Amino acid sequence: MTAVIEPTGQVRESETPGARLQHTLHRHPAIGPASVLVASVIAFSIANPRFLNSTNLSLLVQQVAVLATLAIGQTMIILTAGIDLSVGAAAILAQMVMAQTAANNGVPGVLAILLGIFVGALTGLLNGFLVTRIKLPPFIVTLGTLSIYTSIGLRYSNGQSVYAKAMPSALIWTGNYVNIGPYQLTTGVILMLVLFAVTSYALTRTAWGRHVYSTGDDAEAARLSGIKTGRVLLSVYLVAGVIFGLAAWILIGRVGVASTNNLTNANLDSITAVVIGGTSLFGGRGAVLGTLFGALIVQTFQSGISLAGVNSLYQVLAEGILVIVAVALDQWIRRVRR
Amino acid sequence: MSTDVDAASRPEGRAAKPTMSGTPTLEARNLVKTFGHVVGLANVSLQLYPGEVLAIIGDNGAGKSTLIKCLSGALTPDAGEILVDGVPVVFKSPVDARLAGIETVFQTLAVAPALDIASNLYLGREERSKGPIGKIFRMLDTRGMREAAKNQLSDLGIGTIQDITQKVETLSGGQRQAVAVARAAAFGSKVVILDEPTAALGVRESGQVLALVKRLRDRGMPVILISHNMPQVFDVADRIHIQRLGRCAGVITPQSHTMEEAVAIMTGATTLDQPAGPGDGAGGEAPASDGQDGRDGRDGQDGRGRGA
Repeated sequence: MTAVIEPTGQVRESETPGARLQHTLHRHPAIGPASVLVASVIAFSIANPRFLNSTNLSLLVQQVAVLATLAIGQTMIILTAGIDLSVGAAAILAQMVMAQTAANNGVPGVLAILLGIFVGALTGLLNGFLVTRIKLPPFIVTLGTLSIYTSIGLRYSNGQSVYAKAMPSALIWTGNYVNIGPYQLTTGVILMLVLFAVTSYALTRTAWGRHVYSTGDDAEAARLSGIKTGRVLLSVYLVAGVIFGLAAWILIGRVGVASTNNLTNANLDSITAVVIGGTSLFGGRGAVLGTLFGALIVQTFQSGISLAGVNSLYQVLAEGILVIVAVALDQWIRRVRR
Repeated sequence: MSTDVDAASRPEGRAAKPTMSGTPTLEARNLVKTFGHVVGLANVSLQLYPGEVLAIIGDNGAGKSTLIKCLSGALTPDAGEILVDGVPVVFKSPVDARLAGIETVFQTLAVAPALDIASNLYLGREERSKGPIGKIFRMLDTRGMREAAKNQLSDLGIGTIQDITQKVETLSGGQRQAVAVARAAAFGSKVVILDEPTAALGVRESGQVLALVKRLRDRGMPVILISHNMPQVFDVADRIHIQRLGRCAGVITPQSHTMEEAVAIMTGATTLDQPAGPGDGAGGEAPASDGQDGRDGRDGQDGRGRGA
């Protein structure tokens, strides 16, 4: 009956440089992806100095806006130890609603955008409902809703694209150029950066953010601490849905056409950006700021490899290696104890 | 239901005995909880008085966990009442119990490993900044919470933790336990329930946690301690509630009984004639005699629980 207490000699290991690095990365998860980004920018500009051209860098940032915005929502969901495979499908559905209602039903531009965002929110709400109330694993839920949202999008649009000239200017406003020095950005890029700032603030400086992290970290512990984890999860899926709706708006401005053929790889690409950005797939660890770096890394590789004159197949290869390295690094960082 | 314990009849040797008089801070009356046809609790009553450490011991499946889950709101009893400061309460969730001042440190600790110490202390009751930044932008008062957390830890004599912004997963087991206990003892709580706080700890760390329990008691905070570890129980407990097969097999003190006797009662080798009922705070306190059932030889102190 009497438990035998075993003396455990807990000796604090003296800090090796490796351990110190581990601790630092543990504390600041965005440092890893930031240094990878800096290193790859340096490497690619050595390979081809044109990489650093303001035109190229501007294009790079414009190209990353949609993926990075989708990845914000994906980050929030992954922080709760979930995953969203329906990201692209939800954004396409929202995009088609925006474009169709404006172009075919004569809904005013701003209202059409709000309708699209509302549909995005609904997709998030359905995912969240199935995860929190029906208690299905997020992977299964979003695998199902991926097909559902895709088919609804196709059915609703009859597979027809809507072109920019048929749309009110509000819809393509996100494609407007904003010049900052030699760099040419778009309002869509600015919107994306604002979304990063807002979500980063909400996740790190508000009680809601703490609850999101703790729910993803250990849902049972969070519940016992008095956090209504179901409500937190639902709110995350809802907010993510709104963000996917906003991504749809940025997409229309970027591509200039609303089509169900857009964003074919968005689901997996958004997960790639999140993972490379240092957010743990096991939940509770990471930051949206890292995701911004993650998305930029993916885009940098794409642009840099083609500018270096290397077969673009290697870009896909490099992306795959980066994902595996990022997850391995995450595992290593998570081993920090004492 | 108040039990007047005659001071003179108390066993000697322990100076800082809690006053087992007046209203119990936490009281359970005839709790029943069944799971299908498995009886988790059968009419279990318990009183916890201000400034005492009440240990709950019992074999596996004796109902210890069920009992504390009922007290902490994680389970709702099928029958019976729970009273806080003499007022009946109903807990539908751990949040209800916490609002009533019952804080529980579960065996799993319920800390968020990836958050820092200060965030963990305030998890679920974060404080916002003052003024419009807090009201409109809902900004957390991170600095204020860190300051307060630091003070809280040093108040409890948890000096080993220097960096309040350290993530909890980088702490040792004992430090984590200390953080969990500090969180439970803060925020105006009335009762702290600790479920096997030393189960995963080494000797030195266990000692630190037990010292922390004593410090809480000395500040007047009643503590319920669930443990398997007899030497630890006999070290810190003022009274020991023994659970056996879903019932209370008796309430003893470290002075009235030896560890061997406590184990004997726990395993059913010996029985006490009078399991503590309501209003019977220190019921059945005689040392178990060498006899099989110990029904005799307790007359000397027997009156303590019921007579007075």
